[in-house]
Amino acid sequence: MKILKLFLIIFFIFSFNHLKANNEIIKNKITKNLRCLICQGQSVYDSDSEFANSLKVLVDKKLNEGFSEKQIYSYFKDKYGEWILYDPKFNKNTYILWLLPILIFLIGGAIISKSFIIKKK
Amino acid sequence: MKNKFFPIFIIFVFISIFIIFYKGLQDTNFYTPETKVNNEIPSFSAELFYSNKIVNSSEIFELNKFYLLNIWSSWCMPCRQEHSLLMDLTKNKNIEVIGINYKDTKINAKNFLNELGNPYKKIIFDKDGTKAIEWGAYGVPESFLIYNNKVKKKYIGPLNNKIIKEIRFTVK
Repeated sequence: MKILKLFLIIFFIFSFNHLKANNEIIKNKITKNLRCLICQGQSVYDSDSEFANSLKVLVDKKLNEGFSEKQIYSYFKDKYGEWILYDPKFNKNTYILWLLPILIFLIGGAIISKSFIIKKK
Repeated sequence: MKNKFFPIFIIFVFISIFIIFYKGLQDTNFYTPETKVNNEIPSFSAELFYSNKIVNSSEIFELNKFYLLNIWSSWCMPCRQEHSLLMDLTKNKNIEVIGINYKDTKINAKNFLNELGNPYKKIIFDKDGTKAIEWGAYGVPESFLIYNNKVKKKYIGPLNNKIIKEIRFTVK
């Protein structure tokens, strides 16, 4: 009986640990996708600035309140605009950003295939 | 034919690259969040600095009245600079100054106010900086002009005489 109790206690401790760790993974994922606005080229996860630290605290709070990842992103987008997200949505301001690589790929392919065709001739 | 145009083409490419980079040098790449005017003020519960009471933000701001919300901290040097301007503004009866004490200790903040005066009607105590994020702020000092529960204007960085004049003109 004693062993069973002990086992149960250990099991519970580990299961809570797991829950906490899970939250930590999501938190890290979210903060890696948020741009630190006062440090250039750094994510909130990487930064140790005052602003980034408060953001981390807030992400933690929101997760505990039961916010989903998407809800947290839209919350920050609402406060700071699209720029805070590292993954910009496809719209009229960002279509060049999204389509340029494909376009370059196609042009490159066209040049290569053309030179091959010329060689064959 | 090909040999004739090739060097010209190369030169053209390099000149255009040079122009692009030269223009890029002059661009500031600091991003400031777009200021959404006429945005509803955020609703949150916060601790008041002196009374330690937890209040909702809607209790602080009344309708039909101008408020200047100022985010400050005792460790922030520009806050010290703008403080005399805030003190000046308290003489104006049409506007109330509300403070958010950002990531500060109460002792330091009280010393700061004892030294330079307290222009704030109410101060929200923001220990971990999360209340400032509710406002879309990212540093100190930052100020918001509020009327009818809406943000009319946002000032990033310390206030100056020109801004104060503008505020005075608006609240008249």
